[in-house]
Amino acid sequence: MTGPHHEPVYVTGIGVIAPNGLGAQQYWDATLEGRSGIAPLTRFDASAYPAALAGQISGFEPKDHIPGRLLPQTDVSTRFALAAADWALTDAKVDAGSLVDYEMGVVTSNASGGFDFTHREFNKLWAQGPQLVSVYESFAWFYAVNTGQISIRHGMRGPSSALVADQAGGLDAIGHARRTARRGTRLVVAGGVDSAFDPWGWVSHLSSGGVSQVTDPARAYTPFDSAAAGWIPGEGGAILVLERAEAARARGESQIYGEIAGYASTFDPPPGSPRPPGLRRAAELALADAGVTPAEVDVVFADAAGLAGLDRAEAAAITGIFGPHGVPVTAPKALTGRLLSGGGPLDVVSALLSIRDGVLPATAGTEDVPGDYGLDLVLHEPRAARVATALILARGRWGFNSAVVVRAVRD
Amino acid sequence: MPIMTIDDLQRILVSCAGEDDATATVTDSAGRRFDDLGYDSLALMETAARIEQEFGVKLPDDEVNDARTPQELLDLVNGRLATA
Repeated sequence: MTGPHHEPVYVTGIGVIAPNGLGAQQYWDATLEGRSGIAPLTRFDASAYPAALAGQISGFEPKDHIPGRLLPQTDVSTRFALAAADWALTDAKVDAGSLVDYEMGVVTSNASGGFDFTHREFNKLWAQGPQLVSVYESFAWFYAVNTGQISIRHGMRGPSSALVADQAGGLDAIGHARRTARRGTRLVVAGGVDSAFDPWGWVSHLSSGGVSQVTDPARAYTPFDSAAAGWIPGEGGAILVLERAEAARARGESQIYGEIAGYASTFDPPPGSPRPPGLRRAAELALADAGVTPAEVDVVFADAAGLAGLDRAEAAAITGIFGPHGVPVTAPKALTGRLLSGGGPLDVVSALLSIRDGVLPATAGTEDVPGDYGLDLVLHEPRAARVATALILARGRWGFNSAVVVRAVRD
Repeated sequence: MPIMTIDDLQRILVSCAGEDDATATVTDSAGRRFDDLGYDSLALMETAARIEQEFGVKLPDDEVNDARTPQELLDLVNGRLATA
């Protein structure tokens, strides 16, 4: 089927801001070389907290990347999002000023809002009074602020949205961006970025109950390992440029990383329900949406919670579709921590670069995968492989499941 | 009672709404419109709050919005200070 509602949507630009690399190439080099961004949290003194390791972005000097006028009104997460969007548009060779403003949209996901900014303003509220609170708090805290600031900065006034679904939301943003492009918007900036590493944000991470308290950075987050002890929170994410095939070709100069070929999301049944969790169904629906059979999938980028119960449930979803050891599975997020809304888009980037370079990144740190998981987990070293189709999975707290299928475009 | 100077206003604007290399400083452009200088209504609201803290003068939102240039805002503040 063709026609506007089924036309392929391509990724033509990538911007990455990750704990182990600023920019897509730095991130990808670090990922293939096994360089981790997980280290003791330095944004504040976390030594009295039960966990103090994080996937923290370092070496990012805001004034080098963000216009001075935007500094007083942006949280750290929004600065990351603006930088990643700039890099994605530069990578796609898009000059936004030369395109029609209403033909460009922005769809981002965000799970925690502007925690650090808000924490500082709330301190002023309590200590000095409401007249001292910045007027910019009115939007700097807000889940939609990254979409809004990217839209304003690049003059993109077409259909735009913000999606919130914890760690699954970033894939939802990419899925919705594809829908937006198919409805007629020629270019959509899409992805997710989060950061919540102030004391208040840190407590929100810890309240999940899933954060690893292991103190060795190399052993703290080992998805699918028999010794898995939880996850490490990270910050950052990825922003992509999406264009309909026809629009990408009309622009002429764009590279094509691949196609967003399938997308689906599901919601888990309530706790205690006899029905199974929704991850497998999300994956199956995304494959069906892409018109891809399980046998055609070359790699699965797992959600990789790093807790035995969740790891086992994900392994069951994967083997239920692909059979035991039926497909290579990997989780490069072991080097970055879980980035909330940024996690899914960063995995989509890894999948696209796996397609480009014919290599599967490893799941760093994991040593011993229980045999009954039935997983062919890529361990220790990257694995050379021809990659044409990849499935990316993500789960968010409270029942969100999302899946994206990306596919190579061969002209 | 201190009287606010154009340099005070420049300092407060930069502190509230950031600095932009591409734009002329307020000190050199006291008669230019805030719009042209890149300061929106939120920036001016933040600036008015900061002026209140520093100079002890209460500036109603509608009067701040009526000040179209740095010079007009300065005149508003100093007018208030003179009658305080």
